[in-house]
Amino acid sequence: MAPEELTQWLARDLDAGFEEVVRTHQHRLFALALGMCGNPHDAEEVAQDTFVRAYRALKRYSPQRLAELKLAAWLSRIAVNLVRNRVRSRRPELTLLDGAEAESVEVPERRAGPERTVLARAGVRRLAGLVAALPPAQREAVLLHSVQQLTYAEVAGALSLSEATVRSNVHRGLQALRARAGWLSEVS
Amino acid sequence: MNMVEEALHELSAAQAPDGFLERTLRACGLRDSYAKVATPIGDYFVAWRGNRVSAVSRADKGLDSFLGWFAEKVDRSLEPAASVPAAIRSALLATRGQGLSYDFGQLTEFEQAVLRKTLEIPRGEVRSYGWVAREIGRPGAVRAVGTALRHNPIPLLIPCHRVVRGDGDLGNYAGGHPELKKDILTLEGLDLGWLEDLARRRKRFLGSRTTHVFCHPTCFHARRIAPDNRVEFSAEQEARAAGYRPCRDCRPVAA
Repeated sequence: MAPEELTQWLARDLDAGFEEVVRTHQHRLFALALGMCGNPHDAEEVAQDTFVRAYRALKRYSPQRLAELKLAAWLSRIAVNLVRNRVRSRRPELTLLDGAEAESVEVPERRAGPERTVLARAGVRRLAGLVAALPPAQREAVLLHSVQQLTYAEVAGALSLSEATVRSNVHRGLQALRARAGWLSEVS
Repeated sequence: MNMVEEALHELSAAQAPDGFLERTLRACGLRDSYAKVATPIGDYFVAWRGNRVSAVSRADKGLDSFLGWFAEKVDRSLEPAASVPAAIRSALLATRGQGLSYDFGQLTEFEQAVLRKTLEIPRGEVRSYGWVAREIGRPGAVRAVGTALRHNPIPLLIPCHRVVRGDGDLGNYAGGHPELKKDILTLEGLDLGWLEDLARRRKRFLGSRTTHVFCHPTCFHARRIAPDNRVEFSAEQEARAAGYRPCRDCRPVAA
């Protein structure tokens, strides 16, 4: 379904339309949350919370505003803000003193959830940890661009930044990931 | 393609866990849950969506009958829940539905207006079908009010048992056997024998000699009138001719 069809559906029938929004955007939003949190447990919590907040907000929107909504970018923005606030309200995690910063974000899993193929692969799991360890501005830019597959302009809109800043953050983020991925593969 | 781009690509193909859609929709209040509640007048099934009650039904006909009825009338999927939200449970036990929110789903605007008006009738009081019709601005639609109440999907909480016939007969009851209507009203503190006696003598209003206000017999103002000051009226004109005005709370006659 084209994005415009989905938003028009929302404007017509919010409840039925929103079910379709969750169906359509659940995997990509979960991937985004996974990239930001680094583990599937927190990722599910963030993704679900994003939809709950989105639904509450949409209930107050006029049909016209609903029809004009850029859903993918809008949902990403909610998820990004949620993670920023979670980090702020949480005590900082223990960082190791020997410089092994990438390891410190490996949050032990609290339950063996129904993980799909992707997480079972060590490369992606490790990458999720690396992405989560990036400075927030680079992490958000990389994820929205490469994982959420938004254009630079859309990422800029979702994060309230200039397009040039987004380009530079994506570039620097990818560079840092490459450097750390190389370092990790050397030590392991 | 280098390792990072490949891994990012794989990350973007990550799948939300199984059941994520249903769990999320339930968290948004877009899925109905149901559970059984034991009350002083028997067991009930109650269904809700988010914080809004969507159905109440006596449990004596069994779960399958309830699920079948819900599927036909509400037409949404319904899942069992371990427990009922505390606010819904205590409202059912006390037959006090006024503080809750409701999901009227597929009902027509007229049906919704009837149910909302019925929700305003205080516990321990009754009103006539004609009163509901008049209050919602459709004085000619008395029979339609009866029909709407007979199909009340949320009996007990939306107190259709408090709507009775003008002649003192209690009338039909959507929530089950007509006897049940009597039981609930008695539980709510209504003296049915006294009400029937008034109806038999065709007395429709009670007035107070001290305030010169006349009320529905069950209005809480009417019940506070001392026996010596209580006057009975059969008709509005009789009350007005005696210098009485209608109560602003129970609104016994058209404004």
